[in-house]
Parts: sequence; C-alpha cells; structure tokens
Amino acid sequence: MKIDRFAQFGNWIFERFPLAKVWEEHMTHYYAPKNFNIWYFFGSLALLVLVNQFVTGILLTMNYKPDAKLAFDSVEYIMRDVHWGWLIRYMHSTGASAFFIVIYLHMFRGLMYGSFKQPRELIWIFGMLIFVCLMAEAFMGYLLPWGQMSYWGAQVIISLFSAIPVIGDDLSLWVRGDYVVSDATLNRFFAFHVISVPLVLVMLVFMHLVALHEVGSNNPDGIEIKKYKDENGIPLDGIPFHPYYTVKDIVGVAVFLIFFATVIFYMPEMGGYFLEHANFIPADPMKTPEHIAPVWYFTPFYAILRAIPDKFAGVIGMGGAIVVLFLLPWLDRNPVKSIRYRSGFYKKMILVFVISFISLGYLGTQPATPLATTFARIFTAIYFAFFLLMPLYTRWEKTKPVPKRVTEHHSLEEQLPAILEEITEFRPTESEIGDPAFRSSFFNRRPNAEGILNLLNRLAKNLKESLD
Amino acid sequence: MKTFITTLILLSTLSFVSNASENPNIQNAKIEPTDKVSLLRGAKHFVTYCLGCHSAKYMRYLRIALDTGVDEKTVLKEIAPEGAIIYDQLHSAMNKHDAEKWFGTQPPDLSLIARSRGADWLFSYLKSYYTDPKRPFGVNNLVFPDTAMPNPLWKLQGEQRASQRKTIWGEYTELVLDKQGTLSEKEFDLMINDLVNFLVYVGEPVKVERESMGKFVLLFLSVFLVIAYLLKKEYWKDIH
Repeated sequence: MKIDRFAQFGNWIFERFPLAKVWEEHMTHYYAPKNFNIWYFFGSLALLVLVNQFVTGILLTMNYKPDAKLAFDSVEYIMRDVHWGWLIRYMHSTGASAFFIVIYLHMFRGLMYGSFKQPRELIWIFGMLIFVCLMAEAFMGYLLPWGQMSYWGAQVIISLFSAIPVIGDDLSLWVRGDYVVSDATLNRFFAFHVISVPLVLVMLVFMHLVALHEVGSNNPDGIEIKKYKDENGIPLDGIPFHPYYTVKDIVGVAVFLIFFATVIFYMPEMGGYFLEHANFIPADPMKTPEHIAPVWYFTPFYAILRAIPDKFAGVIGMGGAIVVLFLLPWLDRNPVKSIRYRSGFYKKMILVFVISFISLGYLGTQPATPLATTFARIFTAIYFAFFLLMPLYTRWEKTKPVPKRVTEHHSLEEQLPAILEEITEFRPTESEIGDPAFRSSFFNRRPNAEGILNLLNRLAKNLKESLD
Repeated sequence: MKTFITTLILLSTLSFVSNASENPNIQNAKIEPTDKVSLLRGAKHFVTYCLGCHSAKYMRYLRIALDTGVDEKTVLKEIAPEGAIIYDQLHSAMNKHDAEKWFGTQPPDLSLIARSRGADWLFSYLKSYYTDPKRPFGVNNLVFPDTAMPNPLWKLQGEQRASQRKTIWGEYTELVLDKQGTLSEKEFDLMINDLVNFLVYVGEPVKVERESMGKFVLLFLSVFLVIAYLLKKEYWKDIH
C-alpha cells in the first residue's frame, strides 16, 4: 500500500520532469573510455572543491563583515569566537589553493593527452574561461580578510590597469571606486566574490560539462572510442559512467580528502604559501610591506609581469600568457592527440615547459633581484616559445602509430604483487619458521638488493625511452 | 636538446637556491602549546610587562581559563590586572593619543604577532636589545634595527653591549652582557620562551584542539579510503 503511494508519487514527478532521462543520458548511459588513469580524477575533484568553496563560503558570509573597519576583526572573530569558525575558514582558504592545484593538474592532463583538440575545442575554451573566472574569484576573495598582503596585493594588481594608455587611469579608478584601495573597493569585491563571479562560474561549469557530454571524453590513448561500437551502438571501449566512474572517483575523493585534511589540521598556512604571514597584520594604507608577493597560484604570471622591463608591455605579457592558452587548439598542428604517440621532441618540449612554469612560479614569490629577473626572463621566453613555436615544431613531428582501440596498461595495483616479488626474496629467519604467526609468505620476505637495482634500472630506462 | 634540458634543470635549481639567505641573529624558541604551566607563566609575564602598552584584543581572559583548565577566579586574581572581568579582552590601558606622543607610533596589537613574525623572531627580538646612546630610549635592537620600542625587560636581563667580532667568515655583531640583571641568562631565556609560547598560543588558541582532532579525521578518511577502494575493485571486476 505504502510502496504503491511512493511509486505513484514518483510517476507523478517523472511525467512532469525528465529526471530519469537526464540521469540516464548523463550517468548510466554516458559511456566513458575504460582506460582512464590517475590524471582523470582531477575533473571530479575540481567539482568537489567548487562545492566545498560554496558551502564554506556561504557559512563565512554569515559572520564576515565587508567593511574596511570591521573586516579584519570579523575574520579573527570567525577564527576564535564562532563555533567551528576556524575549521570553516581553513577549509575555505585551503580550498582556494587546492582548487588551483587541481585545476592546474586538470589542464596539464588536457595538454598531455591532447584533450583540447578537435572535436573538443569548445570544452577547452569553456575550461579556460572557468580558469580566468577562478583567477578573478581568487583575487577578489583575497582582498576580503583585509590584511597587509590583501591590501597591497590588490593595490599592485589594480594599478596595472593604469598602465594601459589613454584610458588607464580612469579605468583603474573605476575598478577601485576610489583613488586607493579602500572601503568602496572592499565592498564591490565582496559583491563580485560572493555573487557575480560564482554565478558565472557555475554557468561555465555547466557548459563545460554539456560540451563534454556532447562529444564524449578523450582518454590517455587519445583515440575516439565512438568509432568502434557494438550492435547496440555502445562504444566497445566505453563503460557507463555510473556506476564505474562514480565508484572510482570516490576513491580519488578519499585520497584527495586525506591530503586536504592534513593541510587543514596540521599546516593551514602551508609555510606561508596558502596563508601569507604578512596577511596577519591588518591592512595599513600608510605602510607598504617591503616585499609584496601574490598568493602562489598567481606567481608564474606575476613573474612574467616583472620579467618584462616596461610596465605596459609587462601587462600585455601577463595577459598574453593566458590568452595563448586559449589558442592552444589551433597552435598544435599535430593530429595525434596523446603524448604516448607523439615524438620525443614534443615530450621534451613539454618537460621544458613544466620546468619553466614551476621556476616562474617560484621566482614570483621571491624579491626581484637582478639575478632572479634574468632567470625569470629566460623562463618567460621559454614559456612563450613553447606555445608560439608550436605551429612549427608540431607539424613535422615524427609520431608513432596510434592504435585503433584503447590499449591495456597494467595499473600500479595490478603490478604491485609482481614488483614486491621482484624486490624481495623468500628468506625466513630461524625463529620465523617455527612461529606460526609468520607463516604467510609476505612476512617471510626480505629486501633483495639485486632486485631493487634491477627495478630502478628498468625505471630509468623506461623514463629515458619515453622521452625519445 | 638534451643539453638544453640539463642546462634548464640546472638553471631552475640555481634560481631556487639563489635566494636562500638567513638572518644570523635568529635563535630558536621551543614552542610547546600543550605546556599549560608555561602558557600561564607566559600570560602572567604578558600582563605584567607587555599589556601596559600592547593589547591582545582578540583574546579573552575566559579563553585562557578554559584552555589551561584553571578556574576563572584564579585567572582573574593571578593573571588579569586589577578590575578586569573574565569576559574582557586583553586591552591595554594606554590610549592612542598618548602612545603617539610618547613613542611616535601606536604599539601594535599582539594577538597575531606570532603568526606574522614567527616564534623564533619574537624570541630573538626580545633578547637582542643593546645599549645605544643614539636612540631616544638609549637602546637599539640587533634583530629589528632602530625599533621604536624601549626594552621593558632590561631590569631582568641586564644591559647588553654590541661588539664587532672578526672571524674567518667575516665580521659580525655580537651582544655581550655588561651588567647582570635580576635573572640569570638561563632564567631569562626561560621567561622569554614562556612569553613567546603564550604569544603563539594567542595567535591561534584553537591549535591544540585542531591538531588533536586531525588524528580522528585522518583515521576516518583512511577507513573510508579502504572501503571505497574495495567497492571500486568489486565493481570493476568484470572490466577488462
């Protein structure tokens, strides 16, 4: 009787709302390639962090005061007097950094496996728009605690607008709403951070997913699984997203949360990278800190800005570093998507790019000494060379043959027993032979120097070969 | 290409180390946030020697009582100044106008000083005053040159003098104790350490709770990971 009622109610809903249809289309009958590797966790993790930022952000606004006189105090009030306020605030501040870690890895995945290439150009464009939105969101959110670094960071970045010829000064005045960063700036940044940008962000994420589900996911082999379908029209190398990838992503979530919780509970400042030391001093418009550095996730672009001697050219360079990413689908002229089948030259170029990007990130956190600036210039040149020379060096690449179907790669968990077997040898000690507790062959194994050496040799060889 | 990559890796490591430099005058404080007796001693020193000019306005006497497990009356009698009530924050009695007249600047609130400066810096700073007749209060500081703050602890530490010393590594300034104060060097170090320990606690009173809670969260997440992994394995059995 009761179950009948439930079913009736369910039917009443389904006749009026396509809940089941949407669920089927995007979860149970959405076929994803079966060969996703570890790099494919970061998309779902980005969504998780987004939800975390929304929930904790809304809770923070309940006690935060967007007022130049009260903002700093209200943050400390949250940290001390609001029940669980410290946890919410650390989840939000750590979440901001985690967002960028996850997004940078997600973007790098796209770069490695050619996920931005035809037919997924729009997914990449939407993704880049999300990235730009996220930078705006993070930049404006960073002003809200109203610490010294919040204030002077905003002062420096907004003043960049004034480098634009003719309209520059008026533009920066319009952005700030005052001649310096002030209460007016804080209020409008609060409005943008809490309402406008999140709304745009959600819309873009939605479009990113709609575009993705239209063409389907790429995979580490960079081949289209839709080319080979069975008699029911289901890709031979595809598996339903739900339940296979939902349960798999939960594992990723668990691992991520372990890292996330470790930072929140044991190192919320992350040595001054997630929460900068100078930001524990209230904003003082009369006292410029000796060293102004943005939070770590902006530092690669900040380093590019400082590397270029002219201010306006620096602004163009910084903007260009982001614009060039938008153009990626048209810069890479090679039809082969995955790095697995690209030439050694391209792999080396990616390696060079990664080194430059990380070094720029580090240099951006440091004071601009003449030596550091020289380094930053070299790395900036490499950053742009990687992208702008791409149409040349990707066209005549010697690529490897791309398989028709996805390849079987043994995951680490499958290889582990064999690896353990190799690096250890069966050699129980006298006492262990007699002791029934040590009968299991695992505890009877001892490290084997020769095996470990062999394994390391093989790893080094694989690494070297993969670069050719 | 290979040499290029090698050069680049070298260049990048070079850029990482090129900025490494440390202030030689910084000594290490021993921070023990669970040492409640040290915190109480530090609180007492803070109220006696610092609160005259510096406030710690985000901190309440009640919080000290709760976190150290000492009852409220004892905190009011032994630590808080006359007339304070338990819900009061650690406000200084000195007003802004006077402060600017006497010191040229308002002494900063110390609630978060340990989070912006760090414990080691505070420890070294408080120990590094020396006699310098050129300064308005007759003292200067090795860690924070030309500081506006006089040395409130000179009676305890005694008077130090700066002397230049030459070694094979170069010339550096060393502080020599000229006149012994009321405390021995060891006692004074302990006192400063207690004070800094208290300041670190004031910077983030929830730290002890946070770290003890973290164990349980991580334990829960590890169990969750195992279950999630087994679930995944079960589902993926038939995928080849």
